[in-house]
Amino acid sequence: MLKIDNLHVRVAGKDILKGLSLEAKAGEVHAIMGPNGAGKSTLGNVLAGREGYEVVAGSVEYDGRNLLALEPEERAAAGVFLAFQYPVEIPGVNNTYFLRAALNAQRGQRGETELDSMQFLKLVREKLAVLHLKDELLHRAVNEGFSGGEKKRNEIFQMALLEPRLAILDETDSGLDIDALKMVADGVNAMRSPDRAFIVITHYQRLLDYIVPDFVHVLAEGRIVESGDKSLAHKLEEHGYAWIAQRRLAGAA
Amino acid sequence: MAVALLESLLEGVPAGPAARSAAVAALRRDGLPGTRDEAWKYTALRALEQRRLVAGDAGAAAREVDAATYALPGIEGPRLVFVNGVFRVDLSDQRELQGLTLSPLSSEPARLASLLDAGEGERADAFERLNTALVADGALVRVANDARIGMPLHLVFIGTSADADLAWQARVRVELGEGAALTLVEHHAGTGVQAHLGNLVADYVLAAGARLDLLQLQDAGADSTLVRRDAFRLDRGACVSAHALELGARLVRHDFRVDLAGPGSRLVSRGTFALTGRQHADTRLDVRHLAPDTACDIAWRGAADQRSRGVFHGAITIESGADGADARLSNRNLLLSAQAEIDTQPVLVIHADEVAAAHGATVGQLDEQALFYLRTRGIPREAARRLLVSAFCGATLDGISPDALRAHLLRLLAQRLPLVEGA
Repeated sequence: MLKIDNLHVRVAGKDILKGLSLEAKAGEVHAIMGPNGAGKSTLGNVLAGREGYEVVAGSVEYDGRNLLALEPEERAAAGVFLAFQYPVEIPGVNNTYFLRAALNAQRGQRGETELDSMQFLKLVREKLAVLHLKDELLHRAVNEGFSGGEKKRNEIFQMALLEPRLAILDETDSGLDIDALKMVADGVNAMRSPDRAFIVITHYQRLLDYIVPDFVHVLAEGRIVESGDKSLAHKLEEHGYAWIAQRRLAGAA
Repeated sequence: MAVALLESLLEGVPAGPAARSAAVAALRRDGLPGTRDEAWKYTALRALEQRRLVAGDAGAAAREVDAATYALPGIEGPRLVFVNGVFRVDLSDQRELQGLTLSPLSSEPARLASLLDAGEGERADAFERLNTALVADGALVRVANDARIGMPLHLVFIGTSADADLAWQARVRVELGEGAALTLVEHHAGTGVQAHLGNLVADYVLAAGARLDLLQLQDAGADSTLVRRDAFRLDRGACVSAHALELGARLVRHDFRVDLAGPGSRLVSRGTFALTGRQHADTRLDVRHLAPDTACDIAWRGAADQRSRGVFHGAITIESGADGADARLSNRNLLLSAQAEIDTQPVLVIHADEVAAAHGATVGQLDEQALFYLRTRGIPREAARRLLVSAFCGATLDGISPDALRAHLLRLLAQRLPLVEGA
């Protein structure tokens, strides 16, 4: 589904990703872990299409298409979703209105019929129940005055509603207490399916106790330096990221 | 200085009250203001001065106007409709409501004459003089003491195509008795292709304890010029709550003057403009606190796209003796294109003690983070941009009822914004 090959990305004149390669197939959950400054969030932003990220070399294929050539809204319509590390507050835009506009814009771009307000509301009620979200959040402006946990849960709620095929979660666990973390994990786990891939970017192993990944990759200095199964996350937790650097030095020697 | 506009308009001034001939003489002497006049610094009238326009529309009674031009959801009370400045009984609804007197000024020539003679005289600006010289119609609205009019009153001014481009005038006089309450919608609309100059002078007098809720919806024809001067005088404990939405017309000037003359009187003013193409809108608020414990709360927002220009001048003066006054002014703007311009000028002058005053003005750009966030959810760039701008401007429409009307205004706002950025 997703094939990242030798990706080099520069931000504000600084090389951040330096030859990152990663392949994710439908049905898989990939965790990307790494120390601060390794380029984790850059990866999420490049995949979603944020401006200011210069791709110097390499390629990203999504369902056989060049993902990097698509506008952010085209990527969304094609099924790519980024859950933001810092969800943006949008004063004056009602959450329900926003979600319906988003869903119908995607459906429109895919040539599907738009949902009317009754159909949309029915869908919203289903998804709300799964995430234990309060109705009240829907009537407020997008993320405005939401607590950190509410913002993150709102991201997962949007994901549930938009049903992407490739979901990228950028440090969705940061700033969450254990109850919120479990709700987020439940939301993700409920969506795991053979047709859908997840890339879960995190600094801590804790989230991966609840969202059990098929693969764990360590991102350091702009590339994947180690890949393995879920046990790799536990090793990292035990030994710290310095352990990876030492292993690499040992391997090089 | 002779200018084509005045030459063309002042030839056939009808005989009438002394104020007419005085206004004509003053106009011939002083002409229209130039940009060296502080009050007209940002709005050049050179192009307007060079135009030759016809004074009034002799054929206004026969102009076809579709009711959809002025229909507003939730506004189904009495209505006076003026087409090219001329009252149209066939389009109006003069139902009788207890405590409300409503009549076109064309049916009350003596009343019109006395209004003109009681005007600003030498202190009037050029457009008020022009109005005094030529006006023949308008609306007279009176609410009796303690009468609370339950239905909104709809005053509609429509510019529609005529045999030539016109200058039309209208005058409005609104008097609210003690403890009276009225909701009024002043509505400017346009049909057909025309580049008229509309010129409206409105005076509002509120007796003690009166309350006016005013919505000014300006959606005039795309090529038209519209000049409005509103003056309010509030007696003890009176209150004006005003919303303004500036959407249409090519060149707009709106003067909004409020005298908080009685103790405890107060003004709440909300307004927004959303400009595109080569539109130019100049709003000038001038609020004077003349008595103790008066309050004003002014919050305006604007957005200018493409090559448009928005001007906001908000002046608050707290005169000596107006102790305990509370004045708040905020003006926030979005500049949406490199070719657009926004000039904002908050002015606060305080001659009294023990007052609370705050003012602030900003001009910023669209939040790129928010734009990206919306796009990652599938909303195309242009739609996302519209959504953000109409949310920003639409915040000034909070408090408008009924909800159906507010929703309609938000839709108008969103439709007005251009689809193509910077074009």
